[in-house]
Amino acid sequence: MEDWFGFKVIWDNIEHFLIGRYPSGPIGGLALTIWLAVVSCSLSIVIGIFLGLLCVSQNRFVKYPVLTVVNCIRGIPLLMVIFWMYFLLPAFTGGVVPENWTVIAALTVFTSAYMSQIVQAGIEAIPRGQMEAGLSTGLSRTRVMIFIVLPQALRNMIPSFVNQLVSLIKDTSLAFIVGVAELTHVATQVSNRTMIYPAQIFFFIAVVYFILCFMLTSYSRWLEGRLAYRKAI
Amino acid sequence: MRGNVNGQFSGRGGMFTYQFDWSVVLTGQYAQWIADGIKVTIQLSTVSIALSFLMGLIIAVMRLSHLGPVRWFAQSYLEFIRNTPLLVQFFFWYFGSYQILPQSVNDWLNARDFEFSAAVIALTIYTSAFIAEDIRSGIRSIPKEQMEAARSSGFSYVRSMQYIILPQAVRITIPPLISQFLNLTKNSSLAMTIGVAELTYQARQVESYTFKGFEAFTAATLVYLLLSLIITALVTLYDKKVLSPTGMK
Repeated sequence: MEDWFGFKVIWDNIEHFLIGRYPSGPIGGLALTIWLAVVSCSLSIVIGIFLGLLCVSQNRFVKYPVLTVVNCIRGIPLLMVIFWMYFLLPAFTGGVVPENWTVIAALTVFTSAYMSQIVQAGIEAIPRGQMEAGLSTGLSRTRVMIFIVLPQALRNMIPSFVNQLVSLIKDTSLAFIVGVAELTHVATQVSNRTMIYPAQIFFFIAVVYFILCFMLTSYSRWLEGRLAYRKAI
Repeated sequence: MRGNVNGQFSGRGGMFTYQFDWSVVLTGQYAQWIADGIKVTIQLSTVSIALSFLMGLIIAVMRLSHLGPVRWFAQSYLEFIRNTPLLVQFFFWYFGSYQILPQSVNDWLNARDFEFSAAVIALTIYTSAFIAEDIRSGIRSIPKEQMEAARSSGFSYVRSMQYIILPQAVRITIPPLISQFLNLTKNSSLAMTIGVAELTYQARQVESYTFKGFEAFTAATLVYLLLSLIITALVTLYDKKVLSPTGMK
């Protein structure tokens, strides 16, 4: 194959970029990036819904502490959260935590805070009449929230969740800092080994991330459009 | 300041004691490192926000242009930058600059602080894409009669943008811009990966020299929290004092 602007280096290492050292070693590269993003996203949707419900609680001893914690997490860089997890998790579990789980924990904590804000906004966007109607049929506040308000709110939140997944995919690149062999880390390895093609390599992985994220962004836009259409009818 | 408190962490696997020593980050050489880190973080963020505001303004106007190619260029720039991790952009500009930029520019950058410049380039390009979207929605919220009135009194498209539309749009856009500044400050922590001695870098440095990770990262975390508190307070103040009284919102 002819060397086109030095991009042959990509083709030579394509397997490394996609799955890392998989058959002979741990999985890495793009596959690990996607795995980290999907696991953290699922966990943070669950935790985010839980925190979001606490944020709209009427008990101020629940609401304000949760809001404070959420806003503190939103106020610090993800890199800081990763470092905290790197030091805290071994201290609490008393053993060695695999780097993959350090990163998943950090991403989950960080993204849950943002998810909870989405959930809170989503619940507040549901007309008050829904809550009042539910209460007047004799259901408790908690039950109305879980069975009537939340399901309606969740449907409107799906585009925002997809956008958070996009941020999450971009954020997994920070796993590089604690030595997790995801796409960015693999790219730095290949770049260090081949020495003279950094621009090609980092441009290539930028394009890989772009394709992944742009597909999801477009999907979320389409979902938003469809939701708006449904509401109009 | 001497404040030694013993902390205990217990868990399934065992128990260890950690000797808290806050004097490490409050006095002497290591406190100086943290202070230097804060200075670099603030420098990096201010320089980048100023540049990305200018660039965001240009991209936003290009995005609304009537010329197809200009609009498509701005659109693809926005999509590509917003859907790519900042860290990859950092590495691209830092490691790849020799292949991309002309020799003279590289020499010029090398004579100065190259890491800092690469960080400014990456942060500016990344943030400008987000700022451009904020400014664009600001511009779109200005009634189109403003543009029509400006054009009918003889201003060219560019001049009506410059003198009539943008001054009004920027006024509305200031709160989201300040939030972008907050994001930028947080994102500037990534500059540690290419060796810029900003706050996170210094905190990690203190940790590796003293093994006082908890203290070092607590100090850095508190500084970031303080910065975001100040910035959030500014937005609230601006909303209350400037936007609401005139009814422009």
